[in-house]
Amino acid sequence: MTYGTIYAIVGIGFNIIYNTTGIINFAQGEFVMMGGMTAVTLHSFLPLPIAILAAVIITMIVGGLIEMVFIRWLVKPSVLRMIIITIGISILVREAALVLWGEGVRSLPYFTGNEISALSFGGVRVSPQILWSLGICAIVVVLLNLFFKFTMLGREMRACAANRDAATLCGIPTRNMITLSFVLSAGIGALAGCVVSPITQTQYSIGSGLAIKGFTVAILGGLGNSMAAVAAGFILGILESFSIWVMPTAYKDAISISILLAMLFLRPSGLFGNREAFKLKDF
Amino acid sequence: MKPGRHTHILTLLAAVVAVQLVTLANGKSFYLTQLTMTAYYSLIIIGLCLLMGYAGQISLGHAGFFAIGGYTSAVLTTLDLSRHKGTVFIELLTKISVLTERQDLYGGQHLSVHPWAAFIIAIALTVIIAFAIGVPVLKLKGHYLAMATLGIGTIIYSLVLGTQSFGAADGISSVPAFPLLPGLTVSGAPGLRVQNYYIAWGLVMAGMVLLVNLINSRVGRALRSIHGAEDAASAMGVDTARYKLNAFVLSAAFAAVAGAFLTHFNGGIGPSEASIMKSVRYVAIVAVGGMASLWGSLIMSTVLNFLSLRGYFGSLDDAVFGGILILVMLFSPDGILQFDVKTMMKKLIGKDERRVNLNS
Repeated sequence: MTYGTIYAIVGIGFNIIYNTTGIINFAQGEFVMMGGMTAVTLHSFLPLPIAILAAVIITMIVGGLIEMVFIRWLVKPSVLRMIIITIGISILVREAALVLWGEGVRSLPYFTGNEISALSFGGVRVSPQILWSLGICAIVVVLLNLFFKFTMLGREMRACAANRDAATLCGIPTRNMITLSFVLSAGIGALAGCVVSPITQTQYSIGSGLAIKGFTVAILGGLGNSMAAVAAGFILGILESFSIWVMPTAYKDAISISILLAMLFLRPSGLFGNREAFKLKDF
Repeated sequence: MKPGRHTHILTLLAAVVAVQLVTLANGKSFYLTQLTMTAYYSLIIIGLCLLMGYAGQISLGHAGFFAIGGYTSAVLTTLDLSRHKGTVFIELLTKISVLTERQDLYGGQHLSVHPWAAFIIAIALTVIIAFAIGVPVLKLKGHYLAMATLGIGTIIYSLVLGTQSFGAADGISSVPAFPLLPGLTVSGAPGLRVQNYYIAWGLVMAGMVLLVNLINSRVGRALRSIHGAEDAASAMGVDTARYKLNAFVLSAAFAAVAGAFLTHFNGGIGPSEASIMKSVRYVAIVAVGGMASLWGSLIMSTVLNFLSLRGYFGSLDDAVFGGILILVMLFSPDGILQFDVKTMMKKLIGKDERRVNLNS
């Protein structure tokens, strides 16, 4: 379940950027890693909530900078070029993290209680951290929905997603919207990184694995649909935990990627997506 | 076109010979070892170049094919079947010399598959797998294709890493030498260094001749038309699916050949050869070389792989490749050899041009 939440959140991050730019950001998983790592470092001299807040803000700034430096000034880049650039970014971020933080596995302390504390619900014992991650995931989804539906900025971003040229004509600064979408998805990724860090640990190399899983989730739910991504995230998380029962843990990744491949081959519009609408999409 | 083609190949041959003579003259023949490995990596690169530059399909799983080729060879040639000696099947295989007997390090008798047979099986297996993967995968485009090939690469990596009979994290070692022809042996033994250097580069030259001829033929034109505009090509009667698939399988086969030879040369293979970073590195080199430029890719591959293998990048190896990837894609998407400083400066400094494009 916990893994499900983090996959869901990474998947949402993919969706936000995809929606405004049509780019799949291969560096999405790196934001999660960066958020977790920064929070751990800051926590050594700051109280936990402030450390997390600061980590999220720092990652958001980095996300925005990445967009401004690498992506903003490209004029209609080809898809292949975008893929390669975001992969390059992800490698650079990972190597930078390796230099900064070393190979060590780190984690934040549990938000409330510790490793062994558990709350009991009708006989089922649940670690409070899992409730934290579920809760934060829920809050993120709700807030995002409110943001996109009811704020001016959110509406502008959606307009940009629907039709960039038309949005530009209406006076929406589309370039700033793209930066904003990077900032937003970096922030969400970082928050996810902090929340799950106590349970799953954080290491410099977790990013690329998460990116693939997040993408699986985004595809599973139908690209661009954040609510469906959450549902798909839980499905994938649960499937993965069950797969450990029947297969060696080493093959865990292979399972989820097989799901991704099967999905891509059979129904690329996603479990909850609309096939007809998908055919019209340009990617 | 024809005379140009031959001059290029002859130049390569001359360069290869010249380098060998130079290393002989200044006593630095140990460079040849890295140059041999570079040649094998270049073989993957030119294969991938066909796929990316000419057919326009990205593959982030080529290290996987390299690993299939290498691991199949390694497993078959190190497998000890002497316990099963006497069964009809084994006797039969020995008789047609698919199996071969040799002494292992400790003097024990070791019955395993002959490197030639293993090599053929490895290539066949890779081709079959590439076919099986290629049919569904190549229906995808853009991001989906990239992610699907990345996924396949990851699956192969995690299978290799998680399976005991593939040596898990340690890989497979003590792979025997590969007696190519009487007198020609692929092996890392110091005495055979010069010989192996020529075998490797000979292979690259053969590959280049094959590919250069291919892309200048009907097939090459078809592939380029797919890259340019797939729908239009398809409307003109080009069987796009088949051409893409063939290009994919051919480039996978190149990777497998390289994998098998390098495994025999190094005497072993480890899971890092299958890792995603390797695949990304190959893509990076093709991109740096200019996508649709076999010679550009070959030159960049030689330079970058050699520097990397000599350890000039130190622990920042991956970061260097990531950085190169971004810089090239940002400033010179047609490859570093096409880099034009003047236009770039104009683009960066000339404000008027940017303003026009600002809202596009």
